[in-house]
Amino acid sequence: MNVDFNPEQVQFADALKRWIARDYSFEQRRAMLRSEAGSASQAWATLAELGMTALPVPEAQGGFDGGAVDLFVVMRELGRGLVLEPYFATVLGAQFLKLGGGHAALLERVAAGDLKLACALGERQARHALHDIALRAEQAGEGWRLSGEKVAVVYGQDAGVLIVSARSAGGQRDEAGISLFALPHDAPGVQVTGYRSLDGQRAATLRLDGVALPASALIGAAGAGWDILDAAADYGAGLLCAEALGAMEALFEATLDYLKTRQQFGVPIGKFQALQHRMADMFIHLEQARSMAMLAAVKLDGADAAERRRVVSAAKYRVGQAARFIGQGAVQLHGGMGVTDELAAAHYFKRLSMIELTLGDRDHHLARFMAQPGFQQAA
Amino acid sequence: MDLHYSDEDLAFRDQVRAFLDSHLPKDLQAKVLKHLRLSKDDFVRWHKILAKQGWVAPGWPVEFGGTGWSPVQRHIFEEECARAGTPRVMPFGIDMVAPVIMAFGNQQQKDHFLPRILSCEDWWCQGYSEPGAGSDLASLKTSAVRGVDADGEHYIVNGQKTWTTLAQHADMIFCLVRTDPSVRKQEGISFLLIDMHAPGVTVRPIIMLDEDHEVNEVFFDNVRVPAANLVGQENRGWTYAKYLLGHERTGIAAVGRSKRELAFLKRLARREQNNGRPLLEDPLFAAKVADLEIELMALETTVLRVLAQAREGAKAAPGPEASVLKVRGTDIQQALTELMLEAAGPLALAFDAAYLEGEQEHGIGGDDDAAPLASYYFNYRKTSIYGGSNEIQRNIISQMILGL
Repeated sequence: MNVDFNPEQVQFADALKRWIARDYSFEQRRAMLRSEAGSASQAWATLAELGMTALPVPEAQGGFDGGAVDLFVVMRELGRGLVLEPYFATVLGAQFLKLGGGHAALLERVAAGDLKLACALGERQARHALHDIALRAEQAGEGWRLSGEKVAVVYGQDAGVLIVSARSAGGQRDEAGISLFALPHDAPGVQVTGYRSLDGQRAATLRLDGVALPASALIGAAGAGWDILDAAADYGAGLLCAEALGAMEALFEATLDYLKTRQQFGVPIGKFQALQHRMADMFIHLEQARSMAMLAAVKLDGADAAERRRVVSAAKYRVGQAARFIGQGAVQLHGGMGVTDELAAAHYFKRLSMIELTLGDRDHHLARFMAQPGFQQAA
Repeated sequence: MDLHYSDEDLAFRDQVRAFLDSHLPKDLQAKVLKHLRLSKDDFVRWHKILAKQGWVAPGWPVEFGGTGWSPVQRHIFEEECARAGTPRVMPFGIDMVAPVIMAFGNQQQKDHFLPRILSCEDWWCQGYSEPGAGSDLASLKTSAVRGVDADGEHYIVNGQKTWTTLAQHADMIFCLVRTDPSVRKQEGISFLLIDMHAPGVTVRPIIMLDEDHEVNEVFFDNVRVPAANLVGQENRGWTYAKYLLGHERTGIAAVGRSKRELAFLKRLARREQNNGRPLLEDPLFAAKVADLEIELMALETTVLRVLAQAREGAKAAPGPEASVLKVRGTDIQQALTELMLEAAGPLALAFDAAYLEGEQEHGIGGDDDAAPLASYYFNYRKTSIYGGSNEIQRNIISQMILGL
C-alpha cells in the first residue's frame, strides 16, 4: 500500500504547475474566458508539447498509454488551475474510442494534439440517465443516418469530432439498442449552437438533421454501445472527481490564507472559533473527498464492472457533498468579497457546482449506488 | 499509488481469521454480536486468550511482549477482531498506562507492572477527568502531598476523579494529581499509580442514560500512596499525559466495528417490513443507509492513507490527523446506532435489562435483535464527548493542522 505518485506522475504535475503559473494566472484566465474563443490559442499546443494529449492514447497510436491514476494527477492540476481548455472532453472522447477498438487514425490525431473531441451524451428529457436516448440512428445502405438533439455538450463547438450516443433499436430507455458514433463536426446537417457556462467553460446544443455517416463511424458494435457508454461515463465521472479535488484543494488553501490575513475586531478572523470549526469541517470534507477521488482512480484501472460502478458512484456522490460544503463555506468565509467576480474563490465555487451537474449529480449517483447488487446483498 | 493490501498483508489477514475462527469462544462472540452487556469475566477471558497467543499488546515493543507487527498489520488485526465480534481489549492498561511506564517509568515499575498488564492480573482504570476539569484537563485539583513516615516516603492523596470507565472492576488507577499548586497549572502535575484497594479509595457508580453502569466517580480520602508509585519526575506529569494522548492510533476510527454494524443494520432493514416491502427497499431509508456506507468507505480509505504514511515515515503516531478520524469515526458510529433504532421501530421500545445482562434467553419485546438497540443508541451519544469532545477535536484540527 502506498499513497505516493511515481516519478513520471510527479513530473507531469510539476510541468503543469509551471505552465499554469506562467500562462494561466487568474488575470490571464479572466481575459481568456471573456474572449471569443474562450481559451488561449496557444494553450492546446502547449498541452500537446507537455505530452498531455498523448497521455491517454495507446502506444500503438503514438500515445503514452497512461492509466487512470496518471490522468488523476493531470486532472487534479487542471482543477487547481481552473484551466479552461477542452482537455477533459477530449480525454473522455478518447476513452470511448479506446473502449470501442479501432479508430486508430483519430486517436493518432488526438495524441499529436491535432484533434479535439467532445461527447454528446445528454438529452433534454434524460437528465443524468445516459441510456435515455431519443436521438435516432437508422441504417441507410452500408451507413447510418442520425437525427435528433443533444444538450449540454461540453466543449461541443471546439471539437473536430463528436462522440454521439444514438438509439438504433429498442425503447427510449432501454440499455440494449444503443449505438455510438464518431461524428465529424463538419458533416452536412450538423448544427452546433455554442454557449458559455457560468463557470467560464463552453458547452453546446447539438442538432442533427439526417446526418449521413459511413459504417466506419460506428464505435464498437451496433446496438451494443451501452457497456462502452457506461464504462466511459464512469471513467469521466472518476476524472471529474480528480478535477474537483484539485479545485477544492486550491479553494481551501485560499480560504485558509484569507482567514489568517483578514483582520476584524483587531485580530485575524481565523481566531474566531465559529470560523475555525467551519474550516475544520471543510478540512474533514476535503480529506474524505480526497480518499474517494483516489479510490475511484485506483478502481478505474482494473476493477470489475460492478465494483467500478459502486466506487465511482460513491466517489461522485461524496465528492459532490464535499464540493458543496467547501464551495459554499469558502464563499461564506470570504464574506462580501466571496460573492464578487473579482475573487478566485467565486470561480472555484462555480466550477465545482458545474462539475456536480456533469455526468451525474449526487442524487443520481446515490440511487445508482443503491441499485448495485452489493448494496442490497452485502452481508 | 496503490490502496490495496499486499499479498503478505492478505496472508496475515488469513492467519488472523483462522485464529479467530478457532479461538474466539462462540458464547462470547454471540454476546457481542447481539449487543448484550459484557461482564468483567467476559473481558478477562478474551484478554487471556489473546495473551496466550502473544497478541494482546500488538503495539508494544517486542522485548516487552509486543508483536512486532507493522501499522498495517495492527490495523488488519483490529479490523478482523471487530468484524468477528470479539470483546474489546481494555485500553487502560495495554494502550494507556503501559506506554507511559515504558517511556518514563523506572526499571522496578516496568518489571512489576508490565507483566501484570499483559496477563490481566491488574485491571486498570484512568484517573484524568475531574468534576471541574473536563476538556480543560490541566485545571485538575486532586492533590498529592509528599511526606515521610515509618514506612517510608509517600504521597497523601485527596480529591475526586470522575467518568472513570469500569473503575468498579479495577485494581489500579493511573492518576494525574497536583503536587505543586503554586506554579502554572500545567507545571505542578504528577503521574501517580494508585492501588484501588488502598484505604480511603471509594468508587461510586454513575448510571448512564441507558441505565448501564459503565463509569464511576472515584474519591480519594487521605489515601497513602508509596512514593515508588510516582512515574518519572515529580511535576512533569503533564508531559507524560500529552505523550499518552499522542499515542492515539488509527483504531480510534473503529472502521472494523462500524463495518460489522453496517452489515447488521442491513440485515435488520432487509427483514423489517415497511408498507409490505423490506425496509431496505424504501427509498428514503435506503438513501440514509447508502450515505452512511459511502461515508464509511471514505473513512476506511482515509485510515489506509494515514497507515500508508505511517509505514513510510518512522513509527510516529498519526498525530493531529487522528482528530479527523475521531470526528468522522464517531459521527458514523452514532449514525449507525440511530439508523438501527429507526429500523427496529416500535420493537425497540422495550427496556429489557434481564435480556441485556444475559439473564433471559430472549427479549421480552418479541425481537432479540431489536431489544438492545435503544440502549445502544443512547449509550453511543458518549462517543462524541469522550476522548476530547468533537468540538475540541475541531479546535485541534484548526490550530495544529491549519495553523489558525
